[in-house]
Amino acid sequence: MALVADTPKESFRLGMLIYDTRYRSITIQIIVMVLFLLGLWWLLDNLFSNLATRGKDLSFSFLWNRAGYDINQTLIPYTNDDTHFRAMLVGLVNTILVAVLGCVAATVIGVMVGVLRLSKNWLVSKLMTVYVEMFRNVPVLLWILVAFAVFTEITPAPRDFKVTDEMVAAGVEPAASMVLFDSVAITNRGTFIPKALYERSLGEVIIGFLPISLNTIAVLAVLIGSAMGYRAIKRHATAVQEATGIRPKTWWKSLLTLVGPIVALLFALGFHLEIPTLGGFNFSGGTLVSNSLMALWLGLTLYTAAFIAEIVRAGIMAISKGQTEASYALGLRPGRTMSLVVLPQALRVIIPPLISQYLNLTKNSSLAIAVSYMDLRGTLGGITLNQTGRELESMLLLMLIYLALSLMISSAMNVYNNAVKLKER
Amino acid sequence: MKKSVFLGTLAATALLAGFASAATLDDVKARGELVCGVNTGLVGFAAPDANGNWQGFDVAVCKAVAAAVLGDASKVKYVPTTGETRFTALASGEIDLLARNTTWTFSRDADLKFTFVGVNYYDGQGFMVRKDLGVSSAKELDGATVCIQTGTTTELNLADFFKVNNMTYQPVPINTNAEGEQQYLAGACDAYTTDASGLAATRAIFADPENHIILPEIISKEPLGPLVRHGDDQWADIARWTLNALIAAEEYGVTSANVEELAKGTNNPEINRMLGTEGDLGAMIGLDKDWAKRAIAASGNYGEIFAASIGESTPIGLARGLNAQWTQGGLLYTPPFR
Amino acid sequence: MSDLHAHSARYVRDSMLPPEAPPALESGAIKWLRENLFSGLLNSILTVLGLLTIAYLLKLALPWFLHGVWNANSLGECRQVIAANWGEGAHGACWAMIRERWNQFLFGFYPSSEYWRPILALLLLFLALAPVLFDEMSKKLMGAVAVVGVLVLWLSAYNGQWLPVGILVIIAGVTAFVGSRGRHWPQNLMWFSLVFPALAFWLLWGGTIWLPVMVMAGFIVGGIALRIATPMIGLMPALAFAVLAAFFWWYFAAGPATDALAAMSGRNQPFWLRRVNSDEFGGFVLAFTIGLSGIAISLPMGIVLALGRQSDMLLVKALCVGFIEFIRGVPLITLLFTASLLLNYFLPPGTNFDIILRVIIMVTLFSAAYIAEVIRGGLAALPRGQYEAADALGLDYWKAQRLIVMPQALKISIPGIVSSFIGLFKDTTLVVFVALLDPLKGITDAVRASIQWKGIYWEPYIFVGAIFFIICFSMSRYSMFLENKLKREHR
Repeated sequence: MALVADTPKESFRLGMLIYDTRYRSITIQIIVMVLFLLGLWWLLDNLFSNLATRGKDLSFSFLWNRAGYDINQTLIPYTNDDTHFRAMLVGLVNTILVAVLGCVAATVIGVMVGVLRLSKNWLVSKLMTVYVEMFRNVPVLLWILVAFAVFTEITPAPRDFKVTDEMVAAGVEPAASMVLFDSVAITNRGTFIPKALYERSLGEVIIGFLPISLNTIAVLAVLIGSAMGYRAIKRHATAVQEATGIRPKTWWKSLLTLVGPIVALLFALGFHLEIPTLGGFNFSGGTLVSNSLMALWLGLTLYTAAFIAEIVRAGIMAISKGQTEASYALGLRPGRTMSLVVLPQALRVIIPPLISQYLNLTKNSSLAIAVSYMDLRGTLGGITLNQTGRELESMLLLMLIYLALSLMISSAMNVYNNAVKLKER
Repeated sequence: MKKSVFLGTLAATALLAGFASAATLDDVKARGELVCGVNTGLVGFAAPDANGNWQGFDVAVCKAVAAAVLGDASKVKYVPTTGETRFTALASGEIDLLARNTTWTFSRDADLKFTFVGVNYYDGQGFMVRKDLGVSSAKELDGATVCIQTGTTTELNLADFFKVNNMTYQPVPINTNAEGEQQYLAGACDAYTTDASGLAATRAIFADPENHIILPEIISKEPLGPLVRHGDDQWADIARWTLNALIAAEEYGVTSANVEELAKGTNNPEINRMLGTEGDLGAMIGLDKDWAKRAIAASGNYGEIFAASIGESTPIGLARGLNAQWTQGGLLYTPPFR
Repeated sequence: MSDLHAHSARYVRDSMLPPEAPPALESGAIKWLRENLFSGLLNSILTVLGLLTIAYLLKLALPWFLHGVWNANSLGECRQVIAANWGEGAHGACWAMIRERWNQFLFGFYPSSEYWRPILALLLLFLALAPVLFDEMSKKLMGAVAVVGVLVLWLSAYNGQWLPVGILVIIAGVTAFVGSRGRHWPQNLMWFSLVFPALAFWLLWGGTIWLPVMVMAGFIVGGIALRIATPMIGLMPALAFAVLAAFFWWYFAAGPATDALAAMSGRNQPFWLRRVNSDEFGGFVLAFTIGLSGIAISLPMGIVLALGRQSDMLLVKALCVGFIEFIRGVPLITLLFTASLLLNYFLPPGTNFDIILRVIIMVTLFSAAYIAEVIRGGLAALPRGQYEAADALGLDYWKAQRLIVMPQALKISIPGIVSSFIGLFKDTTLVVFVALLDPLKGITDAVRASIQWKGIYWEPYIFVGAIFFIICFSMSRYSMFLENKLKREHR
């Protein structure tokens, strides 16, 4: 009996496409591809026949028409004579603004609450538990609406700030007054904060279509330079310490590097603050932060902070108790233990879920619709869509921009995540 | 395991899905129900009561059309629409008729491809301010904060008005009338602007209406009317002439109380033609002879509807003004029924 | 050493002293306070700050709560009562609004004579969930089922409807039959879990019973086709054949059959329930309908997507990744707007269906992407050895998934699935922006639009918020309980 039999000559049969695992995956992929293309074709065919029956076309040229409406909160210059495209940019900047403010504030509050929830103080930890559970288990829309109601119902109207001669004569205090050395006015129309102004301007450069003041660029450049100088000093001090065992005193050098140049620059540019003052119907001067922005910010921050607090708590609890005990044994105080030993290790656990919280916050910022904050959905997906009747184009553009924003945030955070990740060798 | 749910729903959806053909009239008759787009809630014009029954000035138009077409004023499905969803709902065939205080403009007519079948309320944009603000004209509003409803023509009018008069303002956008009231009453804005009828309706139900005034300037023309899709002229005719019948009925003194009696025949040939005792106008628009009689009987003639939903005896308390018959100095003027 | 000591000592105590009471500072409440509230300067400051916060909040809100009025017909009346009881200028809550509009918050504009239907659907949901959530008999489960049964009976008696009892009897009968064929409790209820979606659809929307029956029949047709064809042509082609058969059934046979049967049975109760339009849905009925159907339908989709994402087939993987990342990258609101503004553009011209169904489709796609990520986490947490063991046993891909991988991965993912359900349930409030009456803003705005309750702000928010809190909090506790249980099992 021959042990080695000739393997039967393989001839290709049609059935092998299904039954042979070598070919099956290709068959399946081709079927999926065909189904996908068919589905896509079906959708597009419907789309074009629908457009045809409604006598519409697919064109983005409406973006270059005059917008004609005003926006109350703009970071870039905008008037109602500008185009819909620019209105969209204003909305995009507003979305980014509230997302950035929200992420920063939510991180600060979330880390604080997360750490405090593990505190040995019974009252504080219980309070934080109540906060976290309360905010996590109720829709964020409710918190935004409540924050908005608080700002419009409870804060004083601008006219309550008015001081008339009769009131001075009678010694009556006005019903409301400004806070922070009379520089910030919190009213039911929004919060007026001082505005930074320069007497001398270095001119402007126009990048794309956004005019950017050279003053701002100069200030930023000096700040970055100072920070780099500060790090150089610290590095030098560490080098000296490693060589000699004695760390040289650097605080005055650091202080000078950090504060000196910027003060000099601001002085040279004639920097001053414009304080809001009451006049006519309203406060004038200063920058207006609308209540819708404040409410959206507050609502999103408190809601997301509750989730971040849980993430931070879980991260800290994931660090083994031995780390803390070892740190105590080395004589580090609890605060230093937390900041030097526990938190840096916990970060690795914390960052991935934190990224998704940032993404959630950015996406939830579209709830601006509830308080009529003029974000991307408010301009492009709201008024522009309405005035032009281009719902298809507007919605597609809107989704694409949000998608790009999300992908950008997650890739940026992933880069950071890779930087702090435990390097395995 | 739960895969069944998904496919089941899809199948159910496919079975439920209606297919709108070109002739809206046939669809409505086949369905036995008129689908009417209305406001999500504006007291007097369209708002559901505690039992979910829709009532108001715009709702009456829907009822009249349903009565004319289907013979039953209650065969209406009301679809609440927002400023954003209303045009899509109509264009996609989700609703047969949009009666949601919508301003007749060139671009909506031509570019969005809708047919406005007439005007049921001549309105204009106005301003409401607190009395103690000490303002008596809209020209004094320089620098003011103005609450404004988005998704309407009002924001464009407002921008134009302040631009023409070289004034600045701070817009506070809001989504619904309810929000606008809240903001305005809380003092978050100096002035509230919307259609004058809306302002009056809003002011009427304040706790202290006497402390608020509506400024004399009307900064825009806002002819509000029901609309249908382009391309179905028969359906547009039905809606147009139902509205006209309501207006003409008031002119000729036909009311819901006496329509039955008058339908037996009068000595006014115009009334006879309208109510179907003479000739057969109904057949020309694909309906029977009694269509107008039923439309009027549904909730009365134009004057009765006005008085019952937004007139001076209601909390909203609007005067007829421009919306009086042409014989009384108003703009309501129907083409003849012949 | 001790000997020496004993000898040299003059006195050695031979009886224990009774223990002294600890010093006052180290015992009882004071010790607890010292340890838990004032253990250091920082902690003392935090405690004082915490107390101040509580005091401030109480001072702000307590009088308002205490002055609450439960009996009034309008906000004005409420204010009069408060002014009369607590003096001019006192603030108080006006809970009377909730008393009057309670039904609207729960049911929207659902016809009040039909309220028993959504309640019955909710009660039956618990029965349908029993075999999914519990795999063995327990006293708790028995108690819960008994409670559901009693509630259904009460519902029946209260509304004078015998349909709920009828349904209960049918369920009991079929379950007993399945039980007698060897399936043990609660697994013999599994058939009901499969039937429940159709039943709930019928209960909620009404109309003829034959529509859901015929739709379910499509699955049976598909199942029979699969059974018959598998031995003849193998699993994969048989599957395609079964799908086609079911599809043909739905497309050609289901509609006429439904019409014929509906015409035969007429509009009598066991076969016909009063039709309820989608625009009458509102409040928590709407939130539950959207949330539950969204999560139920998205679960199988999520499993498929997660498997697709892990697949070796490049194209399948790319499609799944693209879908998941797209959905996760855009806010739910834009998807809802797509449902209300754009979906009609992508369907055959003239197609037109209910806004609630459109919203459910979009919500389902949305939650499927998130569930897929949760399940992917579950798959990743599974030790590699499980896959290898399955391969070593010679199981093919689907067998391995069905028998080895999925049961374990799904079990690990349950807490994640529950928390995505909590998120989805909270997000159902967003449907207000496409003009549906959600409980939080839709109903609240409708209430505020009425003349009696104009100007009421905090009460509806607090009421709706409290209900959401109770539901979500109990679900999150349940998911934590599950997590702990799973952890124990995995140890």
